[in-house]
Amino acid sequence: MNEDAISARGLTRKFGAKTAVDHIDLDIPAGRIYGFLGPNGSGKSTTLRMLCGLLTPSDGHAEVFGLSVVKDAEAIRRRLGYMPQRFSLWDDLTTEENLQFIGRLYGLGDNLKSRIEAQLKTYWLEKLRAQRAGSMSGGQRQRLALAAATLHAPELLLLDEPTSAVDPQSRRDFWERLFELAEAGATILVSTHYMDEAERCHGLAILAEGRIVAEGSPRDLMEGVSADVLEVEGAESTGAVNALRALPWVHGVTQLGVRLRVLADRGTPDAVGKLHAELRRLGVEARINPTHASLEDVFVVATRPANGNGNGNSKADAA
Amino acid sequence: MNTGRAAGRFVGAWRRLLAVAAKEVRQLARDRPTFGMIVGVPLMQITLFGYAINFDVRHLATVVLDQANTSMSREVIADLEATQVLRVVWHSNSSAEVDALMREGRISVAVIIPPDFERRLQSESRPVAQILVDGSQPTIAGVVGGLAAMPILTRHAMGAYSGGKRMAPPRVEVRTLYNPEKRTAVQIVPALIGVILTMTMVVFTASAIVRERERGNLELLIATPLGRLELMVGKLLPYVVIGLIQVTIILIAGRLLFGVPVVGRLIDLYGAALAFIAATLGLGLFVSTLAQTQFQAFQFAFLTMLPSILLSGFMFPFEGMPKAAQWIAQILPLTHFNVIIRGVMLRGAALPEVWPQLAKLAVFLTFMLTVAVLRFKKRLD
Repeated sequence: MNEDAISARGLTRKFGAKTAVDHIDLDIPAGRIYGFLGPNGSGKSTTLRMLCGLLTPSDGHAEVFGLSVVKDAEAIRRRLGYMPQRFSLWDDLTTEENLQFIGRLYGLGDNLKSRIEAQLKTYWLEKLRAQRAGSMSGGQRQRLALAAATLHAPELLLLDEPTSAVDPQSRRDFWERLFELAEAGATILVSTHYMDEAERCHGLAILAEGRIVAEGSPRDLMEGVSADVLEVEGAESTGAVNALRALPWVHGVTQLGVRLRVLADRGTPDAVGKLHAELRRLGVEARINPTHASLEDVFVVATRPANGNGNGNSKADAA
Repeated sequence: MNTGRAAGRFVGAWRRLLAVAAKEVRQLARDRPTFGMIVGVPLMQITLFGYAINFDVRHLATVVLDQANTSMSREVIADLEATQVLRVVWHSNSSAEVDALMREGRISVAVIIPPDFERRLQSESRPVAQILVDGSQPTIAGVVGGLAAMPILTRHAMGAYSGGKRMAPPRVEVRTLYNPEKRTAVQIVPALIGVILTMTMVVFTASAIVRERERGNLELLIATPLGRLELMVGKLLPYVVIGLIQVTIILIAGRLLFGVPVVGRLIDLYGAALAFIAATLGLGLFVSTLAQTQFQAFQFAFLTMLPSILLSGFMFPFEGMPKAAQWIAQILPLTHFNVIIRGVMLRGAALPEVWPQLAKLAVFLTFMLTVAVLRFKKRLD
């Protein structure tokens, strides 16, 4: 028996000639919130779909609760709640009817009524019980979708970009619910492309082009980032930005208002002095201070092109 | 223990299937346009086909050029009118005017009685009168052709005229069985059951399944314990009932509007309808695996509908078609259903008497279901 809720080895999925997920390994402990962070097309959704039995892996294998996702898909489904990226409940049914239908599919039978009442309360849907899903706001729909996905009290929850169509306040509320669920013992696997959400996960895998390029807790990832972060103030002209990007030891430059975040090769000797020199050449005098890496910095470093020393946004380097 | 578990699984599957069916009915009840179509399509079709399509031509606009103008010639014209095939709308006195009226399309038939009409009646060799027919319209020529053989225009029938309006019986008697008045509605209404079911069943079922895929519901459904077969059967079940409701609407409307009888037993009729509904649902299911969007589903459905209407013997006699068309017609379930339903409704046949057609429907259904289930599995991946 495996203590992990999910474990995968060499999990791969190809669509024709394209490899969407490329030999990934996963070990996700039970009772945690685990995040997949990555841009669109990095293989987050495909991985989630393989884990809930929607897609068959092309290669490798994965186990959920020690059960094979291929052979024991039926048994896994009863213990799993899945919330697809797109709202997938029925627009022409009311909150209550949607929950009733889902509950009947899971065979909740006698407990269904009380379960629905409890869910309506937890997810603030009591006033919306007779409203059709089609006429709800993004945040309301998302609460309904989560209520439906957790109706049968699953041990594992797979959430595919659950907050992509939702306002910030709803996102915060949503994450509070997730922590409550994790507290109650559920394992949650959530994909996102929001840094702030990724930062709230217990564990995190950063995906790029179907591979896991970094993995660990957000704190470990930020501390272990293989780059020095320098904050440059007063050099926000396009010319200065491009000049810094062109430096061979600079991974990337991100502009935040009047500040620039420069990612330099870890341990570059006198990086601050070299930046000053480069900017003075352009007649720019700036303030430069080393700072802590953010998760976004981790992301930029992890997803940079493999041959390294170029700038972060040049497509040619990837080839 | 093992049988108990198996029974439990069956009950579970059955409950999920019913949940799907109940949801489908609820959604259908809210989808007003679709709901309207369930009742509206049969009523509209039966009215259109029943009233407008009439192979039994009557009341053709006719001009009379009576050059004899005797009491007997007028009597002949009155008798022609009494057949209801002709309706005299014009009395003319020049053949030039008759030609003009015909050319302009204001009349379809002209009856010309020559001045020496009564003398011709005594003679064997010369025709007593002339009927001109507009041959540019398809069915009219044939119908009016029949008039020429009417005894009133033959010398031998003369005796009947001295006595008044009664006609002498023709020497060859033709009787039409099962539909003695040769009313088109009697032929059309039974076949209309099949046409309407083809139209609605294929479209409804195909779009019902494609809709779940198009709106993304399918992705959620697959991740639940709901099985594929449970989903498919659950979604189709309501449409079986809807099909039977439509059959009932057509039967009642056919009876009330056109007096179309049901000679056979109702149980045979509904049995036949069920077999046909199953076959069309199979077709709809197959279409749903081909179509990505509801719009495509509609187009595929129309693709199957047109040959069904044209080749199944609904409008044109099957026997008159070229061999290739007859082979294609053999594939269409409507062809076989037309034979069954006309047999049951009009000739009082029982289902066992039309077993070859039922067997063909069964083969069609089996084939469609097999292909659909195989393709459906593939598509989810």
